[in-house]
Amino acid sequence: MKLSHLLSSALAFGVLTTATSAQAFCGFYVAKAGTDLFNQSSKVALMRDGDRTVITMANDYQGDLTEFAMVIPVPTAIKREQVHISDPAILKHLDAYTAPRLVEYFDDNPCDQRLILEFQRGAVNDVVVTTGTRSRAKSLGVTIEDEFTVGEYDIQLLSAEQSDGLMTYLDENGYQVPDGAGRILGSYIKQDMKFFVAKVNLEEQSQTGNEYLRPIAVAFESPKFMLPIRLGTLNARGEQDLFVYALTRDGQVETTNYRTQKIPTGQELPVYIKDEFPDFYKSMYKTAAKREGGHGVFMEYAWDMNWCDPCAADPLSPEELQELGVFWQASNQSPRRGGKSLARDVFVTRLHVRYDAKSFPEDLKFKTTGNRQNFQGRYVLRHAYEGEMKCEAAKDYKVAVNKRKDEEVKVLANLTGWDRKDIWKDIEDAGVGTKFEIRDDKEDRGPTWWKSIWDDE
Amino acid sequence: MTASRILKFLWADPRHYQIGVLCTLILLGASHFAFHLPWWHAVGCVGATLGTQALADRAIGRPFDPRSPLISAFSLTLLLRTGSITLSIAAGIIAVLSKYLIRWQGKHIFNPANFGLVIVSLLFGAAWISPGQWGQATLFALLLLALGGVVTGKAKRWDVSIALLVFYASLVLGRALWLGDPLAIPIHQMQSGALLIFAFFMISDPKTTPDSRAGRVLFAALVATLGFIIQFHLFNAAGIILALILCAPTVPLIDRYLPAGRYHWPTTLSLKGASHETLTPAE
Repeated sequence: MKLSHLLSSALAFGVLTTATSAQAFCGFYVAKAGTDLFNQSSKVALMRDGDRTVITMANDYQGDLTEFAMVIPVPTAIKREQVHISDPAILKHLDAYTAPRLVEYFDDNPCDQRLILEFQRGAVNDVVVTTGTRSRAKSLGVTIEDEFTVGEYDIQLLSAEQSDGLMTYLDENGYQVPDGAGRILGSYIKQDMKFFVAKVNLEEQSQTGNEYLRPIAVAFESPKFMLPIRLGTLNARGEQDLFVYALTRDGQVETTNYRTQKIPTGQELPVYIKDEFPDFYKSMYKTAAKREGGHGVFMEYAWDMNWCDPCAADPLSPEELQELGVFWQASNQSPRRGGKSLARDVFVTRLHVRYDAKSFPEDLKFKTTGNRQNFQGRYVLRHAYEGEMKCEAAKDYKVAVNKRKDEEVKVLANLTGWDRKDIWKDIEDAGVGTKFEIRDDKEDRGPTWWKSIWDDE
Repeated sequence: MTASRILKFLWADPRHYQIGVLCTLILLGASHFAFHLPWWHAVGCVGATLGTQALADRAIGRPFDPRSPLISAFSLTLLLRTGSITLSIAAGIIAVLSKYLIRWQGKHIFNPANFGLVIVSLLFGAAWISPGQWGQATLFALLLLALGGVVTGKAKRWDVSIALLVFYASLVLGRALWLGDPLAIPIHQMQSGALLIFAFFMISDPKTTPDSRAGRVLFAALVATLGFIIQFHLFNAAGIILALILCAPTVPLIDRYLPAGRYHWPTTLSLKGASHETLTPAE
């Protein structure tokens, strides 16, 4: 049986930068809330059905284009027509659609009755870089199986007989290969992998008129459903974040060699979090990961692509899905009814992986399950009614709201590891969601029937 | 019955340990590991195995013993993930029926839970196995080793568990050495909760493993090798579970060339005496 293998994620490429370090090449995405969450991270969409895979890798590289290059281990030889340059807006849309979200509810006047507003934060960030050139490879046991230009990228497909030759080839071509890469490359070579090397063709790039690099999509057929992350752990300091958007026909995707767990969801939080959502989410993720030893595979979203509730962004259109590489959709796509798109036969899973070399020694292996249960990272803000309340029920309402606020602070402290005192202070500073002052204090505290027995003060 | 007799009774049969351990794992799975495990699925599966066994026992005129079907139901609950209670129930029925319908020389061929698990997960997309559900925590692995040691020790089937783990470890270690991978990789692979649960609570079933020790070690080698091939060359993460069902038909053959006394569940202290499983040769 032929061993075949997978593509590496964006991270794997990062390893082979020319001059810059991991730090410098990692792009960052400024979330809608204006923050750069998880800035050392990569984004990969995996479309998988049967043995067929399309991997679309985001590319947020912001540095000097002459220094960009990436190296991706691939399972089979890749031909020109298996490579496609995709539209970055689609991955961003996918990110927004699957992002953890905040929902707001407003209490009605207890003296009368709900309204829902929601908004979301766009998530995260991402990826990649490296650069390269070609040359007299043969003598090093490196074969350039194919080379071609697609969009703004010059692409080479390399196969190698042993890691030393490949290391030398990469080194001579200006790649900065970190210590320890030889061993990992050797392992991939023995598993019969090829290497997909891309760099920017400056001429083509200038013709596109874009200032950014577009995502690269690669289609291939292999029983293996995994992402090589090992190369990427080599020169990274500490942990890294990887976002995998897995699109299948059947249902949720989970990792088979690491435990996939769900991100905490559904909690009610103090309303000032509305302006602190990115901070909150970052701390909460960190705390959740910390409880698992600082790393883990977390499911942030799993949903049927036909809808959402609440929607952080609209579901992707069939056209967007096709551009992204949802290949099974194409045959379905036949005629449209009444101008409306047909149902999308797509289930999306968003996995947020935080890992380092020590906790994730093995590449990520995935499995598609028949689990079509929807899941989303969703956090709730409940605004108390702040208007004038003139009725008996108001007192009870205020007491109940204050209790609820205590509870929200407790939950927030538990989720994020923040200190409760600090949270109260932040609430005070923000001036929203503070507790009600309840006058007639004494009378509000529990039963008072004895007062009417003796009536002495 | 006095307390000490009850205790003695509980102590005597390895199935009681197994039931206890499986229950613990289910509770742990549902609480700590947050399995997708609605309680009514567990109830449905237990009902299905008990009901099938009761009916089948009545049909062939044997006294009903709830212990084996309970173990099958708990193993299925632990390993089979599905959103459909119908499939949980179907898995239970298929598991127990296989004991009565697929027999050779008075011994059923397939481990019932393994059979139900594989058939249902292969036939229905809405049921699946989650090899990653236990993660790789070292502490958990040690706990499993300890609990597994007790259960298989009582059933005198620790040999097949240990042999399986040793063979499998040699294969993943060999692979790592060949690939030049760091030791962390085979260690990570051996810490898989799913693998350990399989080794101690599935393949160790005394009724479906070969009768002789040599036979069991040979059987473990077969399962480990085939499981390794399915996992690393066919890229199916449930390799070892599939390997067991594929290797099970070799057990009668192994028993023929490496014969030994048939295993009987301990009966001296059980309430009614023999359970159906001890009525060896096929009627």
